[in-house]
Amino acid sequence: MITITVNGKQHQVDADPNMPLLWVIRDVIGLTGTKYGCGVAQCGACVVHLNGDAVRSCVTKLSRAAGQQVITIEGLSENNNHPAQVAWNEENVPQCGYCHSGQIMSAAVLLKENSNPSDADIDSAMAGNICRCGTYQRIRKAIHLAAELQRKEAASK
Amino acid sequence: MKHQIKIPVKAFAVVSVLLMTVGIMAFALHSDDKKSKVHASMLPVVKKDSIASVKAFKQVYTVLTSARCMNCHPSGNIPLQGDDSHLHTMSPQRGIDGKGVYAMKCSNCHQPTNTPGLHTPPGNPNWHLPPANMKMVFQGRTPRQLAEQLIDPKQNGHKDLKKLIEHADDGLVLSGWNPGEGRKLPPMSHAAFKKAWITWLTTGAYAPKGK
Repeated sequence: MITITVNGKQHQVDADPNMPLLWVIRDVIGLTGTKYGCGVAQCGACVVHLNGDAVRSCVTKLSRAAGQQVITIEGLSENNNHPAQVAWNEENVPQCGYCHSGQIMSAAVLLKENSNPSDADIDSAMAGNICRCGTYQRIRKAIHLAAELQRKEAASK
Repeated sequence: MKHQIKIPVKAFAVVSVLLMTVGIMAFALHSDDKKSKVHASMLPVVKKDSIASVKAFKQVYTVLTSARCMNCHPSGNIPLQGDDSHLHTMSPQRGIDGKGVYAMKCSNCHQPTNTPGLHTPPGNPNWHLPPANMKMVFQGRTPRQLAEQLIDPKQNGHKDLKKLIEHADDGLVLSGWNPGEGRKLPPMSHAAFKKAWITWLTTGAYAPKGK
């Protein structure tokens, strides 16, 4: 049995330590918001947070996540109200939507580390998340809006 | 009947002196041995030989400029990738500490061990580029430039001779010889590289002539 904490809830997982974290999240725990894209860390659809870092769960073994904190798109906010989620809605970013849980999870790490990212910062942070619908311009716009929402939220506290 | 035990005083004194002498000598010899070992490990012996040194560096250069070493010692801030050393897809950035930026940190894809499968991300627990303030560029350096850079403490991470020798066994250096499936190995074994590296350093670390 391997213990991992996903979205604040502890799970005892009876699985091979070499199993990709993505399979554990989707097939064992049943959280299907995180998507399978390429399986070789090339597209970013499977990004989750491991102790706050945006790891690609398709190549991250369960053993690396043992005893650690994992956050998936389902646990990013309590009411789907993380500034990135709000901004994504506001800007109607997704087209087919398949890549966007990964996109939002990557954007969330950027926003955590940089409260006012430039276009260049956004490009550096998001370069590993591919969108076959080509929504990149809307992604960039939404991240700027999310940063603004986040700053306003911080100022109101 | 009265038995009297005679103690051979002279013989006893001679044996005692001999034993003490042997003891002192053993201690002294052991101490010298220990001292010399410490001395050897702390200060590598340099016996200058410019011809042997330059010859050894030519071998070192072929390894350092092979894809397995050079790909993480780029001239720019994006690592290189593949046996042809093209710019790394996705354009990950070096970052201040050499470990990437934001959602594009090296360890987000590069796991502690190689990922199984052809051309999948190779792994190491300490995957990184040299930091922004000490880039240690291999790409595009001539043999002379690279040799001079490697032994300059201001450019090599403040490494002295001993630390440079030790660096041949660094975990990330060794991972060049365990690159994952589908990647070409450096042009010689790690043992041959280490021998050439140490030979170059201990014969005076001469830089080849030319630019």
